[in-house]
Amino acid sequence: MDLRHFFQRKSEDAELKREIESHLQHEIDDNLARGMSEQEARRRAQLKFGNPVRVREELWQNNTVGFFDHLVRNLRYSWRTLLRAPGFTLVAVLVMALGIGATTALFTVVRSVLLKPLPFKDPSRLIRLYEHSADDKFAYNASAGGVFAAWKKQSTGFSDLAILSAGYEYGLSGTDGELPEKVRASECSWDLFPTLGVAPALGRSFTASDDQASANATVLVSWGLWKRRFGGDPAILNQPIHLDEKSYTIIGVMPAWFAYPEPGVQVWTPIQHEESPQRWQEFDNHMFRVVGRLKPGVTETAATAELSLITRNLHDQHLDNPFISKAANSRPLLEDIVGDYQTPLYVLLAATGFLLLIGCLNVASLLVARGTARRKELAIRAALGGSRWRLLAEHLTESFLLSAAGGIAGLIFANAAIRWFVATRQDMNRVEAIRIDAPVVAFAVGLTFLSALFAGFMSSLSIKGNHILASLQESSRSHSAGQSQVRMRKLLLSLEVGLTVVLLIGAGLMLKSYERLRTTNLGAITKNILTMHLDLPQTKYSQRPQRLSFFETLLARVRSLPGVQFAAFTTAAPGEGYDGDNGFLIQEHPPLPQGTMQFAIHRWVESSYFEAFGIPFLRGQTFDQNQRLDNASQVIISSSFSRQYFGDENPIGKHLLTLGERPYQIVGVVGDTRYEIARPAQPTMYFPFYSGTEPGGTLVIRSTQEVAALALPVQQIVAQLDRELPVSDILTMDQVIGKSTLDASFNATLLVAFAILSLVLAAVGLFGVLSFIVGQRTSEIGIRIAIGAQRGQVLALVLSDGLRPAGIGLLFGLAGSVAATQMIRELLYGAQPLDAGVFVGVAFLLLVVATLACLLPAWRASRLDPIRALRIE
Amino acid sequence: MARNKNEASQEMMQGTLDMLILRTLVLGPAHGHTIAHVIERSSEDVLQVEQGSLYPALHRLEHRGWLTSYWGASENNRKAKYYKLTPAGRKQLARETNRWQARVAAIARVLCVEPE
Repeated sequence: MDLRHFFQRKSEDAELKREIESHLQHEIDDNLARGMSEQEARRRAQLKFGNPVRVREELWQNNTVGFFDHLVRNLRYSWRTLLRAPGFTLVAVLVMALGIGATTALFTVVRSVLLKPLPFKDPSRLIRLYEHSADDKFAYNASAGGVFAAWKKQSTGFSDLAILSAGYEYGLSGTDGELPEKVRASECSWDLFPTLGVAPALGRSFTASDDQASANATVLVSWGLWKRRFGGDPAILNQPIHLDEKSYTIIGVMPAWFAYPEPGVQVWTPIQHEESPQRWQEFDNHMFRVVGRLKPGVTETAATAELSLITRNLHDQHLDNPFISKAANSRPLLEDIVGDYQTPLYVLLAATGFLLLIGCLNVASLLVARGTARRKELAIRAALGGSRWRLLAEHLTESFLLSAAGGIAGLIFANAAIRWFVATRQDMNRVEAIRIDAPVVAFAVGLTFLSALFAGFMSSLSIKGNHILASLQESSRSHSAGQSQVRMRKLLLSLEVGLTVVLLIGAGLMLKSYERLRTTNLGAITKNILTMHLDLPQTKYSQRPQRLSFFETLLARVRSLPGVQFAAFTTAAPGEGYDGDNGFLIQEHPPLPQGTMQFAIHRWVESSYFEAFGIPFLRGQTFDQNQRLDNASQVIISSSFSRQYFGDENPIGKHLLTLGERPYQIVGVVGDTRYEIARPAQPTMYFPFYSGTEPGGTLVIRSTQEVAALALPVQQIVAQLDRELPVSDILTMDQVIGKSTLDASFNATLLVAFAILSLVLAAVGLFGVLSFIVGQRTSEIGIRIAIGAQRGQVLALVLSDGLRPAGIGLLFGLAGSVAATQMIRELLYGAQPLDAGVFVGVAFLLLVVATLACLLPAWRASRLDPIRALRIE
Repeated sequence: MARNKNEASQEMMQGTLDMLILRTLVLGPAHGHTIAHVIERSSEDVLQVEQGSLYPALHRLEHRGWLTSYWGASENNRKAKYYKLTPAGRKQLARETNRWQARVAAIARVLCVEPE
């Protein structure tokens, strides 16, 4: 009721005005009738009525809801004052927008990737299961087919248990003249989708009858593949496609948001149809992932303990096989998928929080400066009885308006930032889930509110409502003006500098760590080397001589291209990942005690591989030319292999026995190479690629000049040999390393960007504060110069006044960093959190920047004309 | 609602004015000027209404739902805002009149007790 009249105040006032006019007219008419003159009639009427303005005021007052009225008035006044200072307003809004936008963007990522539950049915009941190796080296190992079969048969804690593989690619043949391409795939048991609680968007999911070796080949495709390759045509259902030259019928299309087990998976095939039956009897070949849904009421620990027992039994039944795991382990599925991203994302979120805080401090400082000009006015109002709360409310209104504008701009900025993030980090798990939704907007609104409160409150602390007399006297010649404001701004500045230092040190450490990572020696040459992946399909190249002939011809043709220095083949190049290992025995050594295992990374390489990568031979030489097909009986070991298993002994001529195979004779020892740039090298054994057992891998080409130009000619050669064969991941070695260090590079880059931004904010803040101080101390400086202070002395005086809060901030920042950097310890590669170089470097950088920021105001102060300075009042 | 600071300076208590206005309108709708005159004349000029204070009172009564208003033509053929009593207003008038009479009786009793 009251509010309605509040909003109709104006119209009611207008009506009252007319009413009063009408009343006066009637009275005038009466007076005229009594015989008065026109003028007299009007005068009497007005006298009798009283003061019309007061009447209207009273009505207006009655209609006013105090709180709202003040609010609206404050808003309008603040709006006008802000518009009158466009420079300040723009800067403040930008600073707020930056802080709020960055924090909101990162919060969106954290929420979507780490906090939101998985988009499956009842996701808290889903867990990922692992095997715990017998030698305790691998606690979260992949599972073997036979172990899974035992789990499935004997366990009681799960309502569903499914198995899948990841990291495999099929060659998708082109139809109607389209190019063949490699598609990321996952083989899975038919009950994976029911376990997760997901149904296809089109068509049907696998049934148990599809998941058999004898069944017709079926496949589920991703939404993206369906749209991109098949034009989103629903008629594609029940049509065949060719994967690795075999015909598969598409039975369904998965929803657009489904991206399990990794982003970029495009097809799912039934695992029992794809894998040979002996897999389900292998206990030591750890190839697969296992996912389970807990039965209601069963805890993760209890179910896993049961699986551990089953695994232990298997282990004890085959004590001669050391590669059979002795226990099982588990993790919630969400943690399995995004666990690696927790620390880096939270660190980035904290960094944006810092940035926002620094921005608020900056804005608060600016507000204090503006408040200074109104100091006298506020003191007078307080003296006349204005309530402290009223003044505070006015002060907060400006800060709220700035924050609100900053918040809106920030949301727009956050939207763009998120799009950029998603585009850059397509490799991140759950990247498809990142989007702005209602809770994010609520978060942004909350942030805006808090920022406004913080900035407004901090800046209002310097309004001393009770020191009225002091404020009124302030600009006298006896002492400098605005002491409390100056102190407040110095405090805010120290806080800003402290936070900036923490950010700078964090960024410096990440940068150093990334640099170390990037320049780690892989053990191989990386300049001017091109790599590409190709795999020969089973159907067309089922015989080993066929494969051999293809690779030999391919390498011969590639080598004949101009500019090609070396060409070779390997199952996996340095830096491309672990790619598999195998157990072995050394024939000439005494037998191992039961239960101990020896294993090393295995690779198959063509004989010129080592030369192509510049890997030195420490002993012996590369494979003979006769190492083909069944004659392949040589092996080359890496230096760490030799040291670990042969010690000082000469390994050349000794024989290795790999599991279930004939002996291989060691003919050479080569330098170590890293399988992953961040991990130390592991013992490796190299077998001849021309044995023909491997269907594909990485083609390696080294050139004397710009190697990227060779990409097209080499692909053409492949197409000449086999038109249907897709080639993928055509990357230079530099790009391969870049891909594997993407995470570290991204985090370091962002953190450095934030740190630089805050440094800029702090420097600008310092500049502003010192100019402000000089402005307040103008008359004092004038007096000093007048009584004989040298320009240099004034310069030093003002400089020290500015550098002191910066210095205090620096000390606090350094102290705070000691604690804060412990948080990013696990992200650092090769760099210690308490790296002296980084700390000293940052301190130096800050002092230099601070001095530069202070230089101009200090110089201006030293150049003051004392007469003019003293005249300023 | 904001307090009416000029209460002390009014010649009549706020509640009394309300009651008089309601009483005046029992005889039919009237506009502000007429109401003022009627009150003056009926009280034989003892009650001098500061005419201005009439209007806040009229609006207050209207907000409370005891009066309704409409614009119409007055006797002099001028536009004027007429006020009319609502049924709720009638009930309020009865209540206020009773209260006034009770108060007057009480004061009279006190005065009678005093020695002359």
